[in-house]
Amino acid sequence: MAKYIIKRVFMALVTLFMITFLLFLLVRIMPGNPFPSERMSAEAIAKKRAEMGLDDPILVQFGNYLKNVIGKGSFGKGSSLYNGAPISTVLPGCMANSFKIGGLSILIGVVFGLILGIGAALNRGHFWDTFCTVLSILGVCVPSYVFMIFLQYFLAYKVTIFPFYFDMSRFMGSSIIPALSLSLFSMSTIARFTRNEMVEVMDSDYVLLAESKGMYGTKLVTKHILRNALIPIVTVIAPLIVDLLTGALVVEKIYGINGLGKLMVDAISGEGIDYNYVLALGIIYSALYIGIMLVLDITYGLLDPRIRLAGRKES
Amino acid sequence: MSKEMIVTDEDFVLDVSSDITTDRNFASQSFWKGVFTRFKNNKRAMTGLVIIILIFILAVFGPMISGYGYKEIITNGQTQEVAKSLAPRIPALHRLFTGADYQDAFAGKVFLFGTDSLGRDLFTRVWYGARVSLMIAFVTILIDMLIGMSYGLISGYFGQVCDGIMQRFVEIANSIPRLVIVGVLATFMPKGVWLVIVALLLTEWIGMSKIARAEMLKIKGQEYIMASRTLGAKSFRIIFSDVLPNTIGPVITQVMFSIPTAIFTEAFLSFVGVGIVLPQCSIGSLIEDGFNNITTLPYQILPPIIVLALLMLAFNFVGDGLREALAPRIEDM
Repeated sequence: MAKYIIKRVFMALVTLFMITFLLFLLVRIMPGNPFPSERMSAEAIAKKRAEMGLDDPILVQFGNYLKNVIGKGSFGKGSSLYNGAPISTVLPGCMANSFKIGGLSILIGVVFGLILGIGAALNRGHFWDTFCTVLSILGVCVPSYVFMIFLQYFLAYKVTIFPFYFDMSRFMGSSIIPALSLSLFSMSTIARFTRNEMVEVMDSDYVLLAESKGMYGTKLVTKHILRNALIPIVTVIAPLIVDLLTGALVVEKIYGINGLGKLMVDAISGEGIDYNYVLALGIIYSALYIGIMLVLDITYGLLDPRIRLAGRKES
Repeated sequence: MSKEMIVTDEDFVLDVSSDITTDRNFASQSFWKGVFTRFKNNKRAMTGLVIIILIFILAVFGPMISGYGYKEIITNGQTQEVAKSLAPRIPALHRLFTGADYQDAFAGKVFLFGTDSLGRDLFTRVWYGARVSLMIAFVTILIDMLIGMSYGLISGYFGQVCDGIMQRFVEIANSIPRLVIVGVLATFMPKGVWLVIVALLLTEWIGMSKIARAEMLKIKGQEYIMASRTLGAKSFRIIFSDVLPNTIGPVITQVMFSIPTAIFTEAFLSFVGVGIVLPQCSIGSLIEDGFNNITTLPYQILPPIIVLALLMLAFNFVGDGLREALAPRIEDM
């Protein structure tokens, strides 16, 4: 097991390094000018370039960048956002906001998704089942930000239960709408997946055996059905979290949450594109993504020994 | 004396009176015919297909029906008054319910979805936007299919070192979130349709390549491939003319699931402001327009949202239907 984990972690680090290099290369080498040429003279630009080390060979630049990121935790300065404040001072607050909202929505999604899915599987063909199907269809065809717009319109504008924009002083109240809208997709996917997995397990022979031995009710569901039905659900959570990242981009922008997503949107959609922010956020997002995948991979390996063994045989 | 029997062609007569070559009791079905029948019997999939066809027809002909251009600002002929932010109006319905015609400057004009805040007909814009969104989705996904399929097939066929290198590359490409790719692209590409297309091209092929590779691994060991190789077929021929036709089913299913992803990505990029640029419009930019006026003119956001939701729904239904039709479980047969 330790060997499996070490191998996975190593692979993840290598991947992250490659991606960082790739992103760095793309942002630095590709045509595009970080300085507004109409407002700066050629000499000023040349001076600025030399000052920022943009004339060094690309590998030297990359080395310096890595040294700064790993050694000092510094991603350089922004050029247009936050009046050029160092990125590392802006990031922690944004990350905290994003994680809170994202964590809350994952929690809502997983808890309610599981409840709905289990309810639907146990009452096949009845109300819960239909409800679960409708929800999963809704979750597939309504993007989170559209759902968000509806919630915002009805719950914050027509009926003013929740604040219309994000408000740090009313954190709980104002995070309900974004968290709920972000969780719609994960909730519906988890609900549908749980239902299908449970139905499959419930039809299997060993559940029949357990039933014929006289087992019923909660014990049967928790000990025999859920244990086997829940393993594959771990696999769907990874893509869901990725969707969450994408969804959070717009949701944060709409609701005015100072999070990573809004930062990214501001960095790419404004008049001047903020190169350093794009690079820093790109690295952070990739790291998050790879980290999540890694954790889920290992969890999956722990839960299901077959995965581990298959991995060993392959290598 | 023995006479030697000489068998001539005339001794054999083809029995044409009864058609013995066809087994009528156990009629065999070609694979695709079976798929088609199963698909046809799937109500959800057929509903999805009908919705897609309807939206296609409207996307092609809708802008023509209304008679307005997608960027035409509608004015009253005499007073040059601009038809700004009119709620949906259909004169016949209005007369039916109120007993009178519209009395303002735009009496007699039909705006099925109303007009936007600049005075453009929303009906025209929604279908024009749907056309743009669908076109982007189809073009990119078809190219992605070609790239992904070739990549996956080649990787799966050659295996070993080649496969290892190609799969590591896929792993890395797969570990970059889509929005990071968009962000990096935005640093050196102008905003617009091309940014959306390139972003989609860079991300959507991965899923297809995985499926194509899995199919290749499944098919590679079968006898007919060996037969083909024994007969002297080169790798290229085996990959693209022997294996490829047999992988088309799963790949098409994947295409059906990728198209809503593409439509969604486009909508979301346009919403954020790096997608379609004015005066062009797409579903995403229309939702953004509607969102900007949502508190005062909520009717503007509904048509594009409904079209988007219907498209996502329909493609998902068709995808599900295709998957079930292509790989029927035993109890369904």
